[in-house]
Amino acid sequence: MTLLPAMKLRLNAPDDLIDLNFIDELRGIEPFEDHLEIGAMTLHDVVAESKVVHEKIPALSVLASGIGDAQVRNRGTIGGSISNNDPAADYPAAVLGLNATITTTKRDISGDDFFTGMFDTLLEPGELLKSVQFPIPERAGYVKFPNPASRYAIAGVMVSQTGNQVRVAVTGAGPVAFRVTEMEQALADDFSPRAIEPIHLSSENLNEDMHATAEYRAHLVNVMARRATAAALSSEQD
Amino acid sequence: MISISLTVNGKAVSAEVHEHTLLVELLREQLELTGTHVGCDTSQCGCCVVHVNGRSVKSCTFLAASAHGAQITTIEGLASDNKLHPMQEAFHLHHGLQCGFCTPGVVMSAVDLVNRNQNPSEAEIREWLEGNICRCTGYHNIVKAVKAAAATTRGK
Repeated sequence: MTLLPAMKLRLNAPDDLIDLNFIDELRGIEPFEDHLEIGAMTLHDVVAESKVVHEKIPALSVLASGIGDAQVRNRGTIGGSISNNDPAADYPAAVLGLNATITTTKRDISGDDFFTGMFDTLLEPGELLKSVQFPIPERAGYVKFPNPASRYAIAGVMVSQTGNQVRVAVTGAGPVAFRVTEMEQALADDFSPRAIEPIHLSSENLNEDMHATAEYRAHLVNVMARRATAAALSSEQD
Repeated sequence: MISISLTVNGKAVSAEVHEHTLLVELLREQLELTGTHVGCDTSQCGCCVVHVNGRSVKSCTFLAASAHGAQITTIEGLASDNKLHPMQEAFHLHHGLQCGFCTPGVVMSAVDLVNRNQNPSEAEIREWLEGNICRCTGYHNIVKAVKAAAATTRGK
């Protein structure tokens, strides 16, 4: 979960906190010809309501507008979500699923390398996430099965295609967001929900908790991936 | 201790807070604005919703120190000149509450919605209020109240 809720439950007890809210340069959505750059302190609500995001990467609009609830979206930021790397956060699926690049105060990091484990990223002490670059895909879809109270992803899948590159990225189901290469290959041959219907994840290494068993999560990944593929197909018709 | 200054319901406020003081604690305990409630440990229930710089937020998951320089509106700040805010009036007329514990938070969330969207559909209202949990009403009259308040705001 995010920082303050974790602190309230004494799961996280930092000695010092620095509030970045007063640094305006970390905010904003800038469109480039082939990608969108989103500043780390940009609110989920701002991404969800952004016309340029809706036009260029509608799956990202859908993802942002489904994070938590309205009040969470009025406070949570993309930089906070990605740096925290909660196993059920939505944005890590977008980073992997859209092949994003993370820009920090020290370097650029490929999204494929950034998430190293549960709540763990490549960020070093003193390194600050400044912005995220999302390449604009030809088509993409994000669908999640939310926990009914917290709305965290029990399983959320981002599917995207650009040229012959397909990405299928899953959050919520495992300890850290991951890609499903078997589904990516199947969709590269035939970009349709039918193509991935027979592909089932093993429940080994998936999360098991009071919200869902590992087997159920494995099942949900297949269902959400098919729905995300359908969403990507229908987003083209808009 | 950290010294902060902010505006609460239109009035300038100065306060000394601990680093770990939550905004809801500042409001309830130091400023004695007890209309904002604490209902859960997990940032889910929405009893604590207030407005910070015009946006509805959960004050239980907001450090008071982060509110330095901000404009806060609580449930106590909605009525003016001894008249209920249209949202409060609508909750009264349409019986949008029973025990009332969640109500200040629901009202504050709903006011933010209608500020952004003067004609929300039932689906939009229910989706917007996903961050507010009510054990009493089944939400039915809450939705009616918000629809009515939106209509009043539109001038109908």
